[in-house]
Amino acid sequence: MNTPSSASPAPALRAEGIVKRFGQVEALSGVAMQVANGEMLGILGDNGAGKSTLLKILTGFHRPDAGQIYVRGEAQNFTSVDHARSFGIECVYQDLALVNSLSIFHNMFLNRELLRPGWPHLLDHNEMRHRAIEALTDIGVNIPSVDVEVGRLSGGQRQAIAVARAVASNARILLLDEPLAAMGAREAGLIIDLIERLKARGDIAIVMIAHNYAQTLALCDHVMLMQHGEVTYKSAAKDTSVVELLEIVRREYQDARRK
Amino acid sequence: MEQKLSTSATPGQGALQNAPFGFLRRLLLRPEGSIVVVAIGLIIYFESTNANFLTNLNLETLSQFVAAPVIIACGEIMLLICREIDLSAGQVYALAPFIMSIGAKAGLPVLVAFGGALVICAAVGLVIGLITVYLKVPSFVTTLGMLFLITGITLTISRGFPADTPGGPVLSSIMGQWGYSEFLWALGVVAVMHVVLRHSRWGLHTIATGGNIIAAAESGIDINRIKIGNFILTSTLAGFCGLIEAFRIGSTDPLAGGSNIMFLGVASGVIGGTAIAGGAGTVIGGLVGGIVLGVLQDGFTLQGINAFAFDIIIGAAILVAMITNIYLAGRRGAGPT
Repeated sequence: MNTPSSASPAPALRAEGIVKRFGQVEALSGVAMQVANGEMLGILGDNGAGKSTLLKILTGFHRPDAGQIYVRGEAQNFTSVDHARSFGIECVYQDLALVNSLSIFHNMFLNRELLRPGWPHLLDHNEMRHRAIEALTDIGVNIPSVDVEVGRLSGGQRQAIAVARAVASNARILLLDEPLAAMGAREAGLIIDLIERLKARGDIAIVMIAHNYAQTLALCDHVMLMQHGEVTYKSAAKDTSVVELLEIVRREYQDARRK
Repeated sequence: MEQKLSTSATPGQGALQNAPFGFLRRLLLRPEGSIVVVAIGLIIYFESTNANFLTNLNLETLSQFVAAPVIIACGEIMLLICREIDLSAGQVYALAPFIMSIGAKAGLPVLVAFGGALVICAAVGLVIGLITVYLKVPSFVTTLGMLFLITGITLTISRGFPADTPGGPVLSSIMGQWGYSEFLWALGVVAVMHVVLRHSRWGLHTIATGGNIIAAAESGIDINRIKIGNFILTSTLAGFCGLIEAFRIGSTDPLAGGSNIMFLGVASGVIGGTAIAGGAGTVIGGLVGGIVLGVLQDGFTLQGINAFAFDIIIGAAILVAMITNIYLAGRRGAGPT
C-alpha cells in the first residue's frame, strides 16, 4: 500500500485483543493483527507460539474468549467456518484437503459441483473442466491437463491447486498455513510466483504462517513475530531484516531462560 | 534438416505401427481394461476347446451364474470405495425372499410384499451404517455380527424350511424365471450404478470420502451420510438380488446365498479393478469381473474338471487376475497420462 494507513479505507481483516484459552492454557493473550487488500502479512514464530490458533480463530474454526474481529471495518463474530467463508475468508491448510484419486477439476469443485440443468441433475464434467482451466489460467498456474489425478502432481502443483480452488471460490481474504513447507527451491518458486500474482491483483488480502524468515520477508509487506501467545514484534518487511528478526528471537530465548 | 525430416516422419509411421498395439495399451491402462482382455481371452479359450461353450443353452446358464455376484458387487464396490465392506450381504440375500413370502401369505399383493422385503433389507443396511458410523465399530466387525444375526433370524422365521416364491407366471418371468431376465436386471443395476458413481454428486462424494476422509469433511461433505447411504444401498441390492433369484428358482432355502455369494460379489469388484484400500473403483469393472468368474466356473465345468481341482483353479485364477491388476495399476500410476 502506497497511501498512508490513516487515509486508506478500513483494512480487509483486523483483529483486536484476541484471547483464547484451552482449559488452563492461554494459547493467545491479546493478539492484534491487520491486513489490507493487495497486502500480505507474514506471521512467524515457533511451534506453540499460537500462530495456528490465531489462524483457526480467523477462519471461524475456534471462537475467541475475548477480542473482536473486523471484516472490511465491520465487527463480526464468526459462528462457524462456513460463516467466516461467507465473508470471503478461505484457508488453505497444510494437508491441502485434496483427494488424490480425483482429477484436478473434480478437486477444484469438491462439494461445489456444477450440475446439469434438469432431473436427475448429473455432474456437468465439461463445465467444471472448462471453469477449472479458466480459474487456473486466470492466476497463471500451468497444468498440462486438468484431468490428471491430483495424486500424480508434485507438492508445489498440489499447493497451487489448493490455492487456485480457494481463489476460484471467491476468496477475498486468503489464509495460507505454511504454503512453502517441505518444498524444494523450484517448487517454492512456483508458489511464490503465484502469491505475487495474487497480491498484484489488489483485491485479495493474504495472511501467511511460515517458518522461513528470508522467504517471508521477501514475500510479505508486513511481518509479525509471535511467542507464547503474544505478538512480540511487528514491522513493515522493508524496515527489518532476517538478522534483526533473529536477534529479537535470540533475546527472547535469553529472557525466557533467565525467568 | 535430417532431424526435421525424422521428426515429421516418426508420428505417421509410429501411428501406423502402433495402431493395434496402441489401442491395446490404452485399453490395458484403463482401470477395467486389463480384465476385459482377460475375459475375452478366457471366452476364446473355452470356445476353442469346447464346442458347447457359446451355445444358447450354456449362455443362459452362464448369464444366471453371473447375475447375482454382479448385483451384489455393485453395492460392495460403493462400500469398498468409501473404505467399508458388508460381509452380511449374502445373508440379507437369503432373508429377503422369506419376508416376501410371509407378506404374500398374509394376503399382500406380491409386488407390495416384494417392496416390503426391500424396505426391511434397507433397514438392515441402516442399522449396519448407524452402528459403524456412530458407535465407531469397524464395518468388518459390524457386518460379521450381522451375518450370524440374520442367518439366525432367517432360520427362525422359516423354521428351517424352504419358502415357495409367490406370484403368477408373468411376474415370475419378468422378475427372473425367463432365461435372461436375471442378467438383464443385473445389467440394469450396473447401468444405474455406473451413472451414480461417475456422474452424480453421490458417487463423487463416495470417492472423496474413501480417498481422503479429512479433505471430504473439510470441504463440507457429510461423510456419515455417504457411508450410511452406501450401507443401505448394498443391503437393498443384496435383498433385490435374493428376490429375483427366488423368482428364477421358484423357492428359497434359508441357507441360500451366504458368504459364498458375498465373496463372489467382492471378488468381482476387486478383480474388476476396485481398490480394496478405497478411493477408487469401477462398476463396469465389477460386471466384467463377475463375467470372468462365471466364465471360469462354467468353462471348467464343461471341460469336466474334477470338483476338487476346480476350487484350486478358481482360486489360482483369482490370484492371477488380482496380481495382474495390481501390477497394471502400478503401471498406470507410473506411466504418462
